[in-house]
Amino acid sequence: MAKTLFYFVVFPGFLFTALVGLLVSWIDRKVTARVQWRVGPPLLQPLYDFVKLLGKETIVPQAGSRLTFLLSPLLGLAAVTIVSTILWLAMTSPEVTFLGDLIVVIYLLTIPSISLIIGGFASGNPLASLGASREMKMILGYELPFILAIFTPVIKAHGVIRLGELLQYQWGNGIFLSSCSGFIAFVVAIICMQAKLALVPFDIPEAETEIIAGPYIEYSGAPLAVYKLTRWMMLFVVPIFLVVMFMGGIIFEGWHILWGILKYVLLLVLIILIRNTNPRLRIDQAIKFFWGPMTILAVLGIVLSFLGK
Amino acid sequence: MNFKTKALTKSIWVFHFASASCNNCDIEILDALTPKFDLERFGILLIGSIRHADVMLVTGAVSHKGAVRLNRLYEQAPKPCLVVAVGCCACSMCIFRDSYNMAGPVDRLIPVHAYIPGCPPKPEAIIMGVVKLIKALRKG
Repeated sequence: MAKTLFYFVVFPGFLFTALVGLLVSWIDRKVTARVQWRVGPPLLQPLYDFVKLLGKETIVPQAGSRLTFLLSPLLGLAAVTIVSTILWLAMTSPEVTFLGDLIVVIYLLTIPSISLIIGGFASGNPLASLGASREMKMILGYELPFILAIFTPVIKAHGVIRLGELLQYQWGNGIFLSSCSGFIAFVVAIICMQAKLALVPFDIPEAETEIIAGPYIEYSGAPLAVYKLTRWMMLFVVPIFLVVMFMGGIIFEGWHILWGILKYVLLLVLIILIRNTNPRLRIDQAIKFFWGPMTILAVLGIVLSFLGK
Repeated sequence: MNFKTKALTKSIWVFHFASASCNNCDIEILDALTPKFDLERFGILLIGSIRHADVMLVTGAVSHKGAVRLNRLYEQAPKPCLVVAVGCCACSMCIFRDSYNMAGPVDRLIPVHAYIPGCPPKPEAIIMGVVKLIKALRKG
């Protein structure tokens, strides 16, 4: 019992993910600043942002529904904590994974977006509703090719849906990225991950110049701090999920730890560079993109994996 | 200085409200936020929603319509929120002193914590005003 609590709260659960999430969001801002020929914020800046937000007043809009407004940030935080715990336990000790935990992870990874939608609709603000409806359309758009891309490693590993067995298959037979179908699925998964993290070119729900802050517009103080923390934790957890699925996870012995961290950092820098070099899409362009070229590519990846390539 | 105030001085989110200004001060505020001066290294970010704001920059001599909205915005900002009047018109109405359609300088409507005079103030002057505000906050 105490061990489970330790896993969920300290390592690899809430505290570990939150601290690394703060670090990762700093890396994001620093690389963005460097790409724009600036200096960028100091290392502890996300911590200062978080503490400052906790010290601000929390205002609940009169037209909103109070309980939903205040509770919805916690849903996303809980979901991303559980996903991080499952993923890191799968990497450190693959035998504690259970059958179907891949499905649980995919399902839990949509919950932060859903908590944002609930919060946006509970705000009683038309711009928040607009942002939340855009987030709903985005989920409909990117979830299809994302799940199809996840099918490819499952098919290549002969139909296992346990994270531990997927990792062990990759450690025995080579990472999924090295095969043709795995590479195509990886590319699709990266672009869907960009949308899942709501980064440019898919930061349509929080389109700053169009609908101010989208679903976050009425949030202030502690609930906003929780939303920001959830966002930073997702920036840490979703690339780790992709590393587990396609690149064999992080193996905890000797030099492999460094190589594993390097895999994650490369993926992170790729996301940041995509973020800094692209304009934002319109919501209809984004949906057409995900249901058109991305789905076709993902299906191609599945077909190739059935043929054994 | 307690931890809350320290975090507030290290991470300032700025909201910009322009009411009946000629927009020169707004352009200079925008200049201060460009990569040349890079205010993000001090934790200063420009944000869109008033609910996320720590500092509200007000430019322009405030018109009657703008006064209604300025009061509403100040009430909507979560406290502690500081107000900075940027430019001569916001500080004291300048040459529009006797104008019929202005509701007065900003401090007649909401409490102001820092004044940055100038027509328009250079980005360096705006930065100096923000630095003085942070120093005053740190003293208590």
